[in-house]
Amino acid sequence: MNRIEPHTLAPPVAPAVPAVEILSAEKTYPNGTQALLPVDLSIAEGEFVTLLGPSGCGKSTLLKMVAGMLEPSDGRLLVWRKPVAQLHDCPHKMSFVFQSPTLMPWASVQTNVRLPLDLAGVPRKEADARVTESLALVGLEKFTGALPRALSGGMQMRVSIARGLVTQPDLLLMDEPFGALDEITRHKLDADLLELWRKKKLTVIFVTHSIHEAVFLSSRVVMMAARPGRVVEQFQIDEPYPRQADFMVTPGFARYAKQLQDSLLRASTTEEEEAAP
Amino acid sequence: MKTATKPAAPLLSQPRVQRVLYPVLIGVVLVALWQWMVVAMELPPYLVPSPYLMMQTLVTDWAPLGSALLVTLKITVLSFALATVAGVLISFLFVQSKRIETALFPYAVLLQVTPIVAVAPLIIIWVKNPVAAMTVCAALVALFPIISNTTLGLRSIDPDLQSYFKLNRATRWQQLVRLRIPSALPYFFGGLRISSGLALIGAVVAEFVAGTGGSGAGLAYQILQAGFQLNIPRMFAALLLISLTGVALFVLMAWLTKVALGSWHASELSQD
Repeated sequence: MNRIEPHTLAPPVAPAVPAVEILSAEKTYPNGTQALLPVDLSIAEGEFVTLLGPSGCGKSTLLKMVAGMLEPSDGRLLVWRKPVAQLHDCPHKMSFVFQSPTLMPWASVQTNVRLPLDLAGVPRKEADARVTESLALVGLEKFTGALPRALSGGMQMRVSIARGLVTQPDLLLMDEPFGALDEITRHKLDADLLELWRKKKLTVIFVTHSIHEAVFLSSRVVMMAARPGRVVEQFQIDEPYPRQADFMVTPGFARYAKQLQDSLLRASTTEEEEAAP
Repeated sequence: MKTATKPAAPLLSQPRVQRVLYPVLIGVVLVALWQWMVVAMELPPYLVPSPYLMMQTLVTDWAPLGSALLVTLKITVLSFALATVAGVLISFLFVQSKRIETALFPYAVLLQVTPIVAVAPLIIIWVKNPVAAMTVCAALVALFPIISNTTLGLRSIDPDLQSYFKLNRATRWQQLVRLRIPSALPYFFGGLRISSGLALIGAVVAEFVAGTGGSGAGLAYQILQAGFQLNIPRMFAALLLISLTGVALFVLMAWLTKVALGSWHASELSQD
C-alpha cells in the first residue's frame, strides 16, 4: 500500500517545515450535513499537494478552511504555526486562485492584477513594477491594457494566477483553477504552473477531480471521498521534477494513475455498500 | 474575383441605415395617410387637424409653445436630477444592511404604487413654490426605478470576487468603491433610462394638476388651455413637443450610458 502517515513525509524539494497543519478540522453545517469528517494533514514548505476526489468530497471546503474563508466547525488549522485569522501579522503570505478567473470585468488586466496590492495600500509605482513582473511570469506582459472579456478563458485564468502571484505569496491555494478550460490549454497551464512552483519555491495546495492532472503536478496526492466528505488515502508521487509533457506517457505515470483510480473506486464502492442496507 | 478594397455594402443594406430608415419610412407613410384622410374626408380642424396644419401651428404659435416647452423641460430635468440623487442615496442606505432594506422597501413600493395624480394636490398645497411643487411630484414618479435598479446593482456582485476582496481584508469603503459601485453602474444607467421618461410624465401630470397659467405655464397647461378654446391644432402641436422631448431624453440617456460605461473602461485603460 502506498498509504503514508502525514508526519513521516520527507518532501523531495524542501526541509519539512510545516506550512499548513490541519488538526482534526471538520465541517458540519447547522442542519447536520457533514461536509467533511475530521481531517489531519500536514503540508510541508515547498510541497505540491493535490486534493483529489469526486464532487461533494469536501476538497473545496478543506481548501477554503485553509484560506480562512470557511470556519471549521471543530478542530484547528495552522498556517506557519499560526491560526489562519492571525496570518496578516506573519511575514508569510498566501494567495487564493478561484475556479473561475473572478476578474473585475470593467478593469484592465493591469488593474485586475494590481488589485491585492491596491487593497493593501502598496505605492502605485512599486505596485506597477510588481504587476509587470507578475504578468511576465504568466506570459501576458503584452496584454496589460486589455479588458478581461477581450481575452480567452485560458488567458483570463493566467491573469487570475498573475494576480495570485503579485503579492509574492509563499502558499498558493488553487480551487480547480483549470477545470473549465479545454484539455490542451489545461496541459499548458499545468506545465507553466509547475515551472512557477519550482522557480518561486512555492507551497501549493491544488484541488482537482482529474487523476491525470493530480499525478502530473503533485509531489503528494490526498485522495478524498464523498458522503460524507473525508480523506481516504495519501500517495507520494516519487517522480522527479521537472516534469515535461512526455512524463504523461511513461509507465510510472500510468502506474500512479492506476493506483489513484483504484483508490477512488474503492472509496466509492465502500460508499455504495454502506448505502445498500 | 479579387479586388484591392472590399466594395462597401449598398447603403440600404447596412444595419445602421436600416435602423433609421425603416421607422422613418413608417412615419412618412402614416403622416401621408393622415394628411390624405383629413383632406379626402374633409375632416374639420377642430376634430382632427392635418399634419401640415399642425406644423404650421407649431411655427405660428412658437412663442407660447416654445416658452411652455422650456418650463416643462425645466421641471423634467430638475425632478430627474432630484430623483437620481435621492434614489442613489436611498440605495446606498438600503445596501448597508438587509434589515434597513426590509424595513423600508415596502414604503418605496407604496410611494411607487400610489397614483401621483392623487398625491399631487396635497403636495401643491404643501409646497408654496409651484415649480418646486411640480418638481417634487415628478421626482416621486421617477424615483422608484432608480432605487430598485441601483439597489439591485449594488447587490449584484460576483460572490467569488467578493470573497476575494474579503480574503484580502478589503475595508468596507474599498469594497464599495472598487467593487460595488462599478458592479452597479450598468444597472444604475438602466434605471436612469426608465426614470428619464417617467420624470417627463410626472412633470406633465403635475402641470395638469397644478393648472398654473401665466408665465410659468408648461406644455400640459397649453394642452388644457387649447382644449378649452377648441384650438385642436395647437393641442396637437403641444402633444408633438412632449413626445419629441420624451424621445430626445431617451436617446440622450442611451448615449450617456454608452459614454459613461465606455469611458469607465477607457479610464482604466489609460492608467498604465
